[in-house]
Amino acid sequence: MAGTTPSQTVGPYLHIGLPWPDGPFAVAEGSPGGIWIRGALYDGAGAPVPDGLIETWQADPDGRFAHDNDPRGAVARPGFRGFGRCPTDQNGEYAIYTLKPGPVPGAGDTPQAPHIDVSVFARGMLNRTVTRIYFPDELRANEADPVLSSIADAAERATLIAGATADGYRFDIRLQGENETVFFDI
Amino acid sequence: MATSEPLRSAIRLPRYVRDHEVHPPLDSPEYRSTALRHPKRELKLLPHLLTEVTSPLFGEDRIGDTDNDLTRQHDGEPQGQRIIVHGQVRDGDGRPVPHSLIEIWQANAGGRYRHTGDNWPCPLDPNFTGVGRTLTDAEGRYRFTTIQPGAYPWRNHDNAWRPAHIHFSLFGQAFTQRLVTQMYFPGDPLFFQDPIWNSIPDEKARERLVARFDYANTLPEWALAYEWDIVLRGQEPTPFESDEDDD
Ligand SMILES: [Fe+2]
Repeated sequence: MAGTTPSQTVGPYLHIGLPWPDGPFAVAEGSPGGIWIRGALYDGAGAPVPDGLIETWQADPDGRFAHDNDPRGAVARPGFRGFGRCPTDQNGEYAIYTLKPGPVPGAGDTPQAPHIDVSVFARGMLNRTVTRIYFPDELRANEADPVLSSIADAAERATLIAGATADGYRFDIRLQGENETVFFDI
Repeated sequence: MATSEPLRSAIRLPRYVRDHEVHPPLDSPEYRSTALRHPKRELKLLPHLLTEVTSPLFGEDRIGDTDNDLTRQHDGEPQGQRIIVHGQVRDGDGRPVPHSLIEIWQANAGGRYRHTGDNWPCPLDPNFTGVGRTLTDAEGRYRFTTIQPGAYPWRNHDNAWRPAHIHFSLFGQAFTQRLVTQMYFPGDPLFFQDPIWNSIPDEKARERLVARFDYANTLPEWALAYEWDIVLRGQEPTPFESDEDDD
């Protein structure tokens, strides 16, 4: 088996290469059910990270993916990309416009609660970190979610649950320190 | 029984190799900016479920006519040595990764990025943006025409210089395969003092980031060539496949 190509940092100049004009829009603005997920990326001193990039990947509202690795079959929802990408600004802020995902089958009989996979890239990060966004209005599903419930500490679990806002949700990401976001070994 | 359907489905999901030992540790003190930007808590194990084994698939609609030729994106020609950079994207099992998005960005011939944050005293080139993208073909192959990037100074340590490099971003075919990295050039004299290159613990893995000078693919009287193959994470053998092997 050939060795994987190692990761390197996006460096300080990622903004010339990675952002797309339509990057933040996993679905066209104004789509029925559209929500804004906003948040900020902070370093271990609590300072905003202005040279980062947030990427999101998720199921559609029916819990489906337009991808052949889904054994239920690939289902493309017209106008829905499932993928969002947004660089952080001077205040560390990002925003992604999307649809709320539906529940997704897990292993065994336990469905996973609606969730969004997140990749965090930045200058000073030699590899991405991966986290998940869960929703505050899915208490019951969250309690049964196999990934969330594998995290023993309630305060750590809480770092993965977005807050509700007027136009969607807020999900801040803390790379280090007090209330450090839970990151996953992917 | 309908309720057991998710279980059966899950068994058929690919599982990708967890290859952490290949990648640089997020806490790499020689690269000073990692100090406040690495998690201190242990990472939690994320099983490879549906969201992790799928990913966005992009089509030709994301690619413009000159996106794979960084020397043709302006009215005039950029300064510097014209080069072809090409190669194949495979997974760890040797399978080509077809129709998958590659994005690149880089400094110009003098080592300056077209970025408001790059102010070192080296001129911008009005004919060079330094950004490209392409899709791999059916065999996972890609090809860019660009300019040999220059080295550039930074402030990590006394008299710090980055070896010449091109930033690469790849999606592969699963969320688990996402990779952002840098391609380097053979024989660069600046490797010894670069904490980003040296953050990769294994020397063999480090060497995998260095392109090969490819005389056979140079274009006479036009461009030099480098070949760089990229390997994304492969899949763990499934229990089912192992059984077959035993037979
Ligand atoms: Fe760079």
